[in-house]
Order: sequence, then C-alpha cells, then structure tokens
Amino acid sequence: MTADGIRQAILEIIQDILPDEDLDSLAPDKTFREQINLDSMDFLDIVMELRKRYSIEVPEKDYPNLATMDSSVGYLLPKMERL
Amino acid sequence: MAVRGLKDLKESYDCVVIGGGLGGLTCANRLAKMGRSVLLLEQHTQLGGLATWFKRKKHIFDVALHGFPVGMTKTLRKYWSRDISDRIVQLKGIRFDNPQFQLETTYDREDFIRLLTDKFGATRETVERFFTVTREMNFFDDQAKTTRELFQEFFPDRDDIWRLLMEPITYANGSTLDDPAISYGIVFSNFMSQGVFTFRGGTDLFISLMDKELGANGVDVRVGVLVDKIIVDGGKAVGVHAGGKTIRARSVVSNANLKTTVLDMLDNGAVSPEFRAKTEAVRVNNSSCQVYMGIKPGEKIDFIGDLLFTSTAPKFDAELMLSKNVTSRTFSVYYPDMRPGGPERYTIVASSNARYEDWDGLTPEQYKAEKARLAEDTLNALEKYIPGARAKIDHLEVATPRTFKRYTLHVKGSSFGTKFEGLEISQNLPKEAPGLFHTGSVAIIMSGWLGAANYGVIVANEVDKYLGV
Repeated sequence: MTADGIRQAILEIIQDILPDEDLDSLAPDKTFREQINLDSMDFLDIVMELRKRYSIEVPEKDYPNLATMDSSVGYLLPKMERL
Repeated sequence: MAVRGLKDLKESYDCVVIGGGLGGLTCANRLAKMGRSVLLLEQHTQLGGLATWFKRKKHIFDVALHGFPVGMTKTLRKYWSRDISDRIVQLKGIRFDNPQFQLETTYDREDFIRLLTDKFGATRETVERFFTVTREMNFFDDQAKTTRELFQEFFPDRDDIWRLLMEPITYANGSTLDDPAISYGIVFSNFMSQGVFTFRGGTDLFISLMDKELGANGVDVRVGVLVDKIIVDGGKAVGVHAGGKTIRARSVVSNANLKTTVLDMLDNGAVSPEFRAKTEAVRVNNSSCQVYMGIKPGEKIDFIGDLLFTSTAPKFDAELMLSKNVTSRTFSVYYPDMRPGGPERYTIVASSNARYEDWDGLTPEQYKAEKARLAEDTLNALEKYIPGARAKIDHLEVATPRTFKRYTLHVKGSSFGTKFEGLEISQNLPKEAPGLFHTGSVAIIMSGWLGAANYGVIVANEVDKYLGV
C-alpha cells in the first residue's frame, strides 16, 4: 500500500466511525482531535479497525503516532507497504 | 429474544459471556457482529444488570440510566443500532440545592464556564484551563494525582466549587476526592461535552431493544442461569459450569463482579497465588439506597427539574454521603413524556450512596425500621421540591445495599464495581488464564454507563484477537 492508499484507508475508517463528520478539510499536520469530534473511544475504534481490516497491531505505547494524518501515515507505512 | 434456562444449547461456542449487564451485553453483541458464536448467560430473569426496572401497580420504576453523557449516543450507534441511539434525549433541568448554593444548569461546558465565572467568581482563564486539562485525560495516564490535588491546584480551598464539581460525579461513578484525578476528569469531561442525556422510552424499552438486536445478530441469550464455575483446563479457559451443565467454549468473558470472577468462579490454582492475593486486596466501590415513589394515576406534578442534586450537609463530605443518616439525595424525576404513548405517569427515584456494612448486620426488625425511616426522611425531603407530594404518592418502596446484592449478586451490593486497582486485575486476567476475560465496572472510569459499554467493546476486541482467524 502506498502513502496515499494508507491515507485513504484511514479516512474510510474515520468516516465509518463518524459518519456525520466532514473530513474533506482535514489538515494533515494537525491532530485529529482538534479538528473533528473524535474522542478516546473513537480513537480505539481506529486501532481496532486497523487490526480487523489490515491485521495491523498498534500497541498502546505507539498510540501517540496516530495523532495526526501525517504521523499516522509515517507510522503505518512500514507496516502496510507490503499489503 | 432471551430464553429462560439451558434447553437446546449448541455443542460449543466461540465465547460464553457471563452476565448481561451493559458491558456483557455490548461485548456479546460486538463479538456476534464480528462473526463469533456467542452464548450469554444471565442469572437474573431480566437482562441489564443494574440498568434495570421493575413494575409495581401501574408504575414502571427505572433503577438506573437516570443520566449519561452524550458519548452514549455514539456508543449505541456504533456498537448497537441507530434505532436505539436515536431515542436518546437531553435532560436540561439539572438542579443543585444545598446550604452553599442553589442553581439550575444544563450541565454542559458553556453553562459551567458561565456559572464558575459569574456565580463562583473563578477567572475564565483558570476555568478554561481546568476544562482543557480534564478533557485531555486518558485512562492510561498517570494515576498518582488525586482529584483533591487537581481541585486544589485549580480552585484552592474553594469547597463550594469542589462540591459543584464533585457531587454529580460521586453519584455517577462513586468516586471521591481521594480517587485518581483521571477517574474524575474523564467522566466529568464526558458529561461536560454536551450535558446529561437519557433514554426516551425507559430502561425497559432500552433493554428490550438490545435483546432484540442480540437475537438479530445471532447471540444465544439465556436468563435465569447462574454460572457457578469457569472451567480452566491446561491453563486455558474452556467453558463454564452452569445449571448442572458443562458448556464448552473457546473463550469466556465474565461480566460478573471482578472479585466474584477470580475468587469464586475459578478453582484455586487457576491463577497464581500472587494474582489471587492482589484480587483479594481490591476494594469494591460503595453501594446505594434508593426510594421509589409513584404518583397516583390522575394526579400531576409540576416540572421541578429532571435531576436534583440535593444535600443538607454544610459542605461536600464523601464520608457523610455514604452515611446511613442520609443528607445527600439525587432525585430523578420521570414525567409522562419519558414514555411517549404510555399512560400519564410520574415517578420519582431518590438515590443516595451507601455502605453495605451499615445495612448488613441488622436484624429483620431493625432492617424494616431503618427502611421505613429512610422512606419517611425522603418524603420529608421531597416536600421541599414538590409540596403536597406525600398525598399524591400511591406507591413507595425502598432498596438498600442488600437489595442490590440480592438482584445483581455484586460483592457488597456494589453499584460501581471496584476501585481503581481493579483495572489492572481485570486487564491482566487473560495473561493468568488465557481465554478468560473480564468486562464490567472497574476502576470507576470503566464504570458509569458509557464506560461499562465501551469496556465491553474493548474486551470484545481482545477476545476476537485471541480467537484468531
């Protein structure tokens, strides 16, 4: 999967979790939580969906890596590029 | 739909869930949606655990779900259905009445900033910083700081502000000033996000919709079935023993009280002696007393608010809040629009926190007398808010910590599970006995209705991981 593909995958997951949020204007370098109504449980949903959909395990200590779109893509790329 | 008893069970299940509280129900539903075969066993004849109700004469009394944060809407939509989440409505009449202040609020961030600055004289900067700090708390954060220290940092020695901030949360999750600040901050900011909400249609409809949803997703739901043992074989959980039957399963989730799960349902030796000792040391949270009052059909009462946090104690005092000499009561008032289409009924539930020990040792005569006294005191307290209430009430009933114990089987009738140290035990149980998981009220932050349901989701995810592809 490319960086773009990962970005798309993350957007799809967030859209499923928060169907009423408009994600078009998400700034990639700002945290999700300051831009959309994403609470800690929604965040865990993202982690759970990554596991269900792509068999990616994100340990708790790595959660901060999923704060922004840019950091998420950077963190997930080595784990997902072979998918 | 839930079936009574154990007839026609399957040979084996991917998972057996012990207990149909909100955590167990949500965990079961989630696992079924992930394609797992699930059997849920509830000892009571009704699902819901403490999220329950009962009928007397022409009244339906709601025991709990008197108010939860808006996050519940999302949780119900994501892990249950839109049909269920769409029935959530906001309660806008939240009142406080105590010797230090009287006020009415929608109990959300905007209104609280207004109150704290205008009425209590705190600076806007301090209040906003307090909101930011509590909002950023996570359950995996540092636990060393207590709520008392948090309050002292932001509002030094302002026991009136502490009371405003603490009292509703003590009712919501049993936490006090000496519990970890994160157990306060997470629940407080959940509420502050948009206010207090409840389920239109009542707890009976809420649980029956969940029951239907479980059925639609293929969960085998059995009630009136008490699990007495969790079977561990070769170090792994492989099923349960219930109603004289052995039921095989590849995993077991206990939604029973944490201490009951480890200390009573497991054979000695199923977990390490250290783990057992640690579990024994876990403190359970307090229990509750409730007085249920039904207004005579045909009689009406004026709107006095939905939730009234009342107290006659001069200051906030966590010990006093547990005392048998009740000074603090939350009145939850149910007006006819809470059950649209139903008969015009008003009910009032007065809740107070309580200690099991205070009610346990009483003789039958003493117990009866103490219940009568509590009922009488409650009626007197209610007169202040609904003058003439006594004459309008045609049913009055008292529940004590003993009542809660009898129906839920919780250790000491605990209303909010275990204290913070329970979280580690709950989370580490699968390491001790692979295949065995716990979900339920632990550590306060996983308590409250939102926390209980969400913990069910987190555990379902762990179980699914364990079961593999």
